[in-house]
Amino acid sequence: MDYVGEHLMPGKLGQFFVVLSFAGSLVATLAYFKTANGASPEEAASWKKMARFAFFLNGLSVFIVFATIFYIVHQHYFEYNFAWEHSSRNLSPKYMLSCIWEAQEGSFLLWMMWNGVLGTILMFRARQWEAPVLTLISFAQFCLATMILGVYVFSFQIGHSPFILVRQLFQDAPIFQRADYLSIPQMQDGQSLNALLQNYWMVIHPPILFLGFSSTIVPFSFAVSGLWKKQYGSWTKTALPWTLFSCCVLGTGIMMGAAWAYESLTFGGYWAWDPVENASLVPWLVLVAGLHTQVVYNATGHSLRTTFLFLILGFSLILYSTFLTRSGWLGDTSVHAFTGSGMDLQLILLILVFFIPAIILYFVRFRNIPHVAKEENTWSREFWMFIGALVIFLSAVFIMVATSLPVINRAFGTNWSTGDDQKFVYNRIEIFIAIILGLLTATVQYLKYKNSPVSQVLKKLWPVTLIALIVSICISVFGHIQYTEYGTGYQGAIHLALFAGIYSVIANAAYLFGTMKGKMKIAGASVAHIGFGILLVGILISSSKKEVLSHNTTGINLPFDPKTKENPLENLTLIKNVKTDMGKYYATYLTNDSTNPAGNIIYFKVNFQDKKTGESFDLWPNLIKNTKGMENFSNNPDKQHYLDRDIFTYISYANILDKQRDTSGFKTFPVALHDTVYYSKGILILDTVLVNPSTGKYHFTATDTALLAQIRVITRDSQQYRMSPLLFVKDNMIHRVADTLFEQNLAVELGTVMNNKKIQLLTKESADMVPFVSLKVYMFPQINLVWIGVLVMMTGFVMSILYRRKILVKKSPERLS
Amino acid sequence: MKRTHIILLVFIALSIGLLVSFMGNLSTYETIASARQKEGKNVTIIARLDNSRPMEYHPITDPNYLSFYILDTLGGHAKVVYHYGKPYDMEKAERVVLKGKMNGDVFEITQKDGILIKCPSKYKDDPENAKKNLSKTDY
Repeated sequence: MDYVGEHLMPGKLGQFFVVLSFAGSLVATLAYFKTANGASPEEAASWKKMARFAFFLNGLSVFIVFATIFYIVHQHYFEYNFAWEHSSRNLSPKYMLSCIWEAQEGSFLLWMMWNGVLGTILMFRARQWEAPVLTLISFAQFCLATMILGVYVFSFQIGHSPFILVRQLFQDAPIFQRADYLSIPQMQDGQSLNALLQNYWMVIHPPILFLGFSSTIVPFSFAVSGLWKKQYGSWTKTALPWTLFSCCVLGTGIMMGAAWAYESLTFGGYWAWDPVENASLVPWLVLVAGLHTQVVYNATGHSLRTTFLFLILGFSLILYSTFLTRSGWLGDTSVHAFTGSGMDLQLILLILVFFIPAIILYFVRFRNIPHVAKEENTWSREFWMFIGALVIFLSAVFIMVATSLPVINRAFGTNWSTGDDQKFVYNRIEIFIAIILGLLTATVQYLKYKNSPVSQVLKKLWPVTLIALIVSICISVFGHIQYTEYGTGYQGAIHLALFAGIYSVIANAAYLFGTMKGKMKIAGASVAHIGFGILLVGILISSSKKEVLSHNTTGINLPFDPKTKENPLENLTLIKNVKTDMGKYYATYLTNDSTNPAGNIIYFKVNFQDKKTGESFDLWPNLIKNTKGMENFSNNPDKQHYLDRDIFTYISYANILDKQRDTSGFKTFPVALHDTVYYSKGILILDTVLVNPSTGKYHFTATDTALLAQIRVITRDSQQYRMSPLLFVKDNMIHRVADTLFEQNLAVELGTVMNNKKIQLLTKESADMVPFVSLKVYMFPQINLVWIGVLVMMTGFVMSILYRRKILVKKSPERLS
Repeated sequence: MKRTHIILLVFIALSIGLLVSFMGNLSTYETIASARQKEGKNVTIIARLDNSRPMEYHPITDPNYLSFYILDTLGGHAKVVYHYGKPYDMEKAERVVLKGKMNGDVFEITQKDGILIKCPSKYKDDPENAKKNLSKTDY
């Protein structure tokens, strides 16, 4: 059939470059392998020429594929599944980028682009390491290219092509029997980008994270090349800036994800120990451990074997995390609800094809890896750095095992799951890791490599320790850190960790300005450790003093289970325009507004007034209509920033979400004058009944038949209201005008007049009558310390990268242009 | 014995200690019937919503009380009580993962993270959904 209006050219072009990148990476891998194993320099040189060309061609193809996808999305060519599934007409250009990385194929492409960039830099920088290192990177490019190839070998599909058409993917759908299917409404617009991902962090976080992912192959490749070429120790100095770079960028990427989670998700924080978060944290921890042992080796010759192991594991764990997050195996443990893509086998092979040969090579060569027979001195820096690296590694292993429970269950047929308190499973272990690491980062710099005079170390350390102790005791005593939810033991651990964090900040600052006399050039490690300390303090204070402000204090007696460990009354319902007591604040839901340009966001204006200071501010938490389902909403928090805290709120429910009609009917009460009727929040008293009233808005005359009841409402919190329902007869028909009291969700109607001087009063209580929002409000104290800590830590990494590169250039200028 | 070996042993001991303590605190996946057998014990249940019975949530009177009924593949059914706000798209969930404990006939969830909603189109794209969309005949 000839379909009308399709644009097939970009897809064909794109698919050609997908295949070209695949072929290019294959040639580059083989040619670089030949270069590395070249018998003579001439032979190697000729292979190298070809390898470089092929690698460059591969990189160029990847960029063209990316540009083609962007073009298709930008032009709204919805015949392509990529555009149809991930984008829509009203998506702004920056989110067109986000929608590319949202897709499985798009994120693989991003990874390949960074590999291309890093590989090209290494081509000019790595000198004698170029051939072996780029063999491995080219091979990675080859493996990743298979993920987007989309060809069938027999019945096995290799990868998913980003250029597949909707009609190819859903061949059976009836609409494709029409040649003009593109004119059908559901093909006129795409499914768009998930509302939660339409956030500026989602433009920047994935590229940085994938640069981090991609960069981990560099230290891995150097390590494997060292084993392969049997030059065990000579790569570590050249590779050190790359290990640092990896730690820096991967760490930044992870924390950008945390910032996104904090701003746009409703986990109630920046870190939830979700498997997806853990999957990227584990390789980072292992790389940081590897970084420390690598530094130790460069300085003393110790720890080379562990360095090999950690750097090999770092990249392998990145591949494992790719498998975890894309395979759908975590479906029951992660809120990120990954659906499987049917590429499980390919993803598992991706891990094994790197990990198995590398680890075998490691064990085969293990005996030959040089090591120092004499043990480290107890009073040496390298000994304690090694211990620190082991502790970090142990923490990584623990997180990985806990995160991998679904994988373990599948492999061994068990059915374990973490309990209902997932965060504490991790926190109760990690708090001790944090204490040890805080103490080590504070003290170890004062030790010298090889051996240090004990008295000198102690002389420098004791004043610093004393200051840290005083500061942390002050914070512990006056800071109101009362986190007793998990008992005194855990609370003690929090205070200990707080000391460790403060100790780390103060000791490193003192080292930087005292021992190193403020020489910033060489201070990367100190700065990074100061950042770590600040981060630790920030995490401890913001988590342990995190406060739910939206405690239900309305006086409405809520039935709740006294057996629950914490008081779960954490949502507060605000009725429109009713000022409500919310502990330290008064909260008022003022208006809602859905006049944003795309028309898909409903903003709720909520005013908060501090009871003590009288200060008032408005927040706009909102609901975003999820374009994919059209009826679903995602909620998006809003917050008020202060230097020392954030007030953070999100909508947990709103009457707009209430689609079901209320079916509860009126209750009937026969009442005489001055009788009392109960409703859930107070009482009603029938004061008088006026016959043919002509007051206010009603003007009846003696010829009419009309009754107006005057009712007094007294609520439980002693508020008084008046209600006046009406009953009248016109044209032989009984008409009833109910009166509604929105503040109490109460409607009252008059029923029939009874003969014993009583009248029927009908009351109805319903959620449907009034506009309201239920919201949750948190306070995060000192949340800024978390972000500042991260920034300082990353600054430290950058300083170290610059310094280590400078040393390299100085030592061998001919090696590095 | 060299000190390296002692350190190694200490770390191995630590790891084992960690593992034992971790395993000791694990709960298990259960069916509704087997969860009943383990009343009062923390368990995880994977089930689907019983849409034939009412879901109770009255945010105006109590935004922190949600109750609903679940069914599992083995025909078990139970009432669930959750002491937090109603998760978004609850009705659309095709599957729910619940962490809590049986208390009489009622499955009680006392942690906010105790409900995990599996919606067909929550975060990633669902081919079934797309297929349905394309099979609509109202054009």
